[in-house]
Amino acid sequence: MKYADIVVVGAGPAGLAAAHAAAAQGAHVAIIDDNPLAGGQIWRGGPDLQADQRAPQLWQALRSAAHVEFMPQTRVMYAPLPGHLLLQTPDASITLHYKKLILATGARERLLPFPGWTLPGVTGAGGLQALSKGGYPLEGKRIVVAGSGPLLLAAAATLQGKGAQIVAIIEQAATPALARFALGLMATPSKIAQALRLMTQLGGVPYLRNSYVHSAHGDGTLQSIQVQRGTERDQETLQCDYLACGYGLLPNLELAQALGCATTMHNGQMTVQVDAWQRTTLADVYCAGEGTGVGGVDLALAEGHIAGLAAAGHPDQASEAFTSRASWQKFAARLARAFALRPELRTLAGDDTIVCRCEDVCHGDLRTHTSWRSAKLQTRCGMGPCQGRICGGATEILYGWRPDAVRMPISPTRISSIID
Amino acid sequence: MDDGKITLCINAQSISVEPGVTVAAAIAMAGSGVTRRSVSGATRAPLCGMGICQECRVMINGRPHQLSCQTLCADGMHVVTAGEVQP
Repeated sequence: MKYADIVVVGAGPAGLAAAHAAAAQGAHVAIIDDNPLAGGQIWRGGPDLQADQRAPQLWQALRSAAHVEFMPQTRVMYAPLPGHLLLQTPDASITLHYKKLILATGARERLLPFPGWTLPGVTGAGGLQALSKGGYPLEGKRIVVAGSGPLLLAAAATLQGKGAQIVAIIEQAATPALARFALGLMATPSKIAQALRLMTQLGGVPYLRNSYVHSAHGDGTLQSIQVQRGTERDQETLQCDYLACGYGLLPNLELAQALGCATTMHNGQMTVQVDAWQRTTLADVYCAGEGTGVGGVDLALAEGHIAGLAAAGHPDQASEAFTSRASWQKFAARLARAFALRPELRTLAGDDTIVCRCEDVCHGDLRTHTSWRSAKLQTRCGMGPCQGRICGGATEILYGWRPDAVRMPISPTRISSIID
Repeated sequence: MDDGKITLCINAQSISVEPGVTVAAAIAMAGSGVTRRSVSGATRAPLCGMGICQECRVMINGRPHQLSCQTLCADGMHVVTAGEVQP
């Protein structure tokens, strides 16, 4: 059994900011992450290598602190007792005891089914960006980046930087919504600079607004996609080696839900309910970053800072970050409004289109069900290794129902981790 | 290794990669990128890239169901995918 005063789950911006704030108050902090390197998704590949100087600054401060421990490639399985977590590493399992817990579990992409989306070569948008940062060979590959949200630009820029040829960026949001969002950026000048930098880098790449991927085609692997432009009668065919397609982000709530933290709807999304000090409804458990609502790196840093100080017993100092947090919460609300999903995306899956990729359950088997529970009992939808993390984001859009509970262990676990 | 590269075996193929490359990336370098077969036998490749979707599961050093997108290549590693064999 190990012990830490404060355990932070997730080493992305929120988790690192929380750990840094808590450690600065003298707390013994353990940071857990399932990846081999810290940084989360936005600072993937290691905080030291990021252009955003906040990443190496936080990381170096944490590395030089004697009472901070980083535990990479470590997943939380379940809570055997209050104040305890069972963790699994590639080779072992361990019980970690804590006084305070800060959940900074980030977000995943919302991936929506369309004909051909299970073909090798079709990935998430942030998904292919993440793979590319792990050395995925994309040089000279023709890539279409599609879906919705500002992440598409960032993903396309990363992929282009890895030597890929970006065929097009396809954004489902319509032009007026995008124009309003662009205007709203006046409130956050740092985001304007970022957008301009990305647009300059991607100069010449077609940015198709009011458009979406209708289907993907290929014999064994992706070869082309069909694109619907607005309400035009004819679809456009684009040849490509990869389609990186993601429809925004969804908070990772599983650990919070499994522990018993209450959730709440925020900007149209299920999120972990927190108070002004990032406290969840469960004593001694805090949540920061995308888990409380998708808002990006700046909101995550502010929330992490507040959670870290509050968990370390210095909530009075945390109020300094309230203004920054409030400003980035407004940005998050504008983001959610601008990139709201269009109704046509619900209609793309055919009866033989797989929705649950773990159990190969098709749209035709699911569309008559009225609840997650009913679909799960009769089709095995959501019962595979991802436990509904991917199909749940799709069934919410397609049918209006989503996973209704989280089972322990929250990730696939070796038997030996439980019975040893 | 003298050149700083890491050599591992993917199915029957030996491949050398730079340090920091994930197993998922090495699988794509070595061939089609296919990692597993679905329950009905279709080929699948990494999807989410961040340890959520479980599509990148492969056998690493005899241990099944390892997420190749969250595992870095190591010298002497032996990886078995479902890509090259029939179910």
